[in-house]
Amino acid sequence: MNPQDVKAKLEAQFPAIEIKIVNQGLAIKPEDLRRVAEFLKESDEFKMNYLSCITAVDYLDSLESVYNLYSVDKRIGPIFLKVRVPRSNPKIPSLFDLYRGAEYQEREAYDMMGIVYEGHPDLRRIFMWEGFEGHPLRKDYIPEDEDVLEWQDVEWLERHGVKVPEEYKEFARQLKESGKEARAERPKAAAE
Amino acid sequence: MQAPNVSQIEEGLKSELRKKGIVVATLEDLYNWGRRSSIWPLQFGLACCAIEMIATACARYDIGRFGAELFRASPRQADLMIIAGTVTKKMAPQIVRLYNQMPEPKYVITMGACSIAGGPFIDGYNVLKGMDRFIPIDVHLPGCPPRPEALLWGLTQLQKKIDSQEIEKAEWYQKGLKREYPIPEFGPKGLIPKFNPEIWRPETASRRRERYGDPILTGKKTAAPQFETFGDTQTKVGTV
Repeated sequence: MNPQDVKAKLEAQFPAIEIKIVNQGLAIKPEDLRRVAEFLKESDEFKMNYLSCITAVDYLDSLESVYNLYSVDKRIGPIFLKVRVPRSNPKIPSLFDLYRGAEYQEREAYDMMGIVYEGHPDLRRIFMWEGFEGHPLRKDYIPEDEDVLEWQDVEWLERHGVKVPEEYKEFARQLKESGKEARAERPKAAAE
Repeated sequence: MQAPNVSQIEEGLKSELRKKGIVVATLEDLYNWGRRSSIWPLQFGLACCAIEMIATACARYDIGRFGAELFRASPRQADLMIIAGTVTKKMAPQIVRLYNQMPEPKYVITMGACSIAGGPFIDGYNVLKGMDRFIPIDVHLPGCPPRPEALLWGLTQLQKKIDSQEIEKAEWYQKGLKREYPIPEFGPKGLIPKFNPEIWRPETASRRRERYGDPILTGKKTAAPQFETFGDTQTKVGTV
């Protein structure tokens, strides 16, 4: 479906709304997302009754959530809705009550990217466990260095009756005293 | 691997007796023959290697020819654990627990690059970099995924190992055997502990770095699609 046509029809319906076409998608403001999605779902012209996918993108200074909408009845689609929010305050209204399928997808985007969907009934991690810190698919996430034992590991091992070699213990103690965390090395960028 | 057991009986005498219908063997030979010909694997698969394991068990490759066709659903009845596939950090505690629940003697095959050392996910955040960090492994089986023939090869290697074991020296008949390992827990950044130093220790020099040099990001960065800020909304956007 041509995004220009969708844009024209949406602007005719909501005169105050601001829409921009980015690639094949319609970029809208987070506060407009609910009514746009509701209109696309309910109106006889679109009947976008299938939300196939919600993805999230990290643009370093902002985060974006992309919604792929299809109409199973009218066999049209996809229409891409893009909502971009600042990284410091990534809040987007939830589409859970319009599309039930949004529940797990929003939880996944929250788990991996840290976008908070306001109004979601049960927004918690879905892949990583409770107590995991950070959002691992963000570009600034650095995983731990797994070849180095930290002080908490040494304590845990000794509590479970495992002998820890002195050099590992000493290294972990130094790491703890210097207040550093063992993080994996980031790969260098290729020289231009 | 230990040297295979060699019979002390003269070969000529043996063949003469065999003509009369008498078979001479040591108890150890019979014992190991029985054990290696009825290895019962634990029935579980983690990723695409499991598909190859299933193919090995099916008619075309037929792991039953080697006596290992009886996949058990319970670790209490299994002799062999085939770790077929990617071991994520979320799955690792369960695998260690299953290993602890298996009766002696127990053997482990790691199948595929992922369960050996993390495979293509070695730089990621969610995959355990080798199952030998927490439990001892008998046969490492490389490949991505290994073909069914490779799994059969791994099984015959394990049979050779079983053949070389002696009843008197078998470790599961000795006192003070400890083959249960502490089960790792989930921490804020990964598993606690990262590895068990009684079983595995990191290499002092990185072989990967020696061979391939420093990891370098290739590929060009693509700029984010630009769209300007909407009026006075807080949706501040820019380019990378």
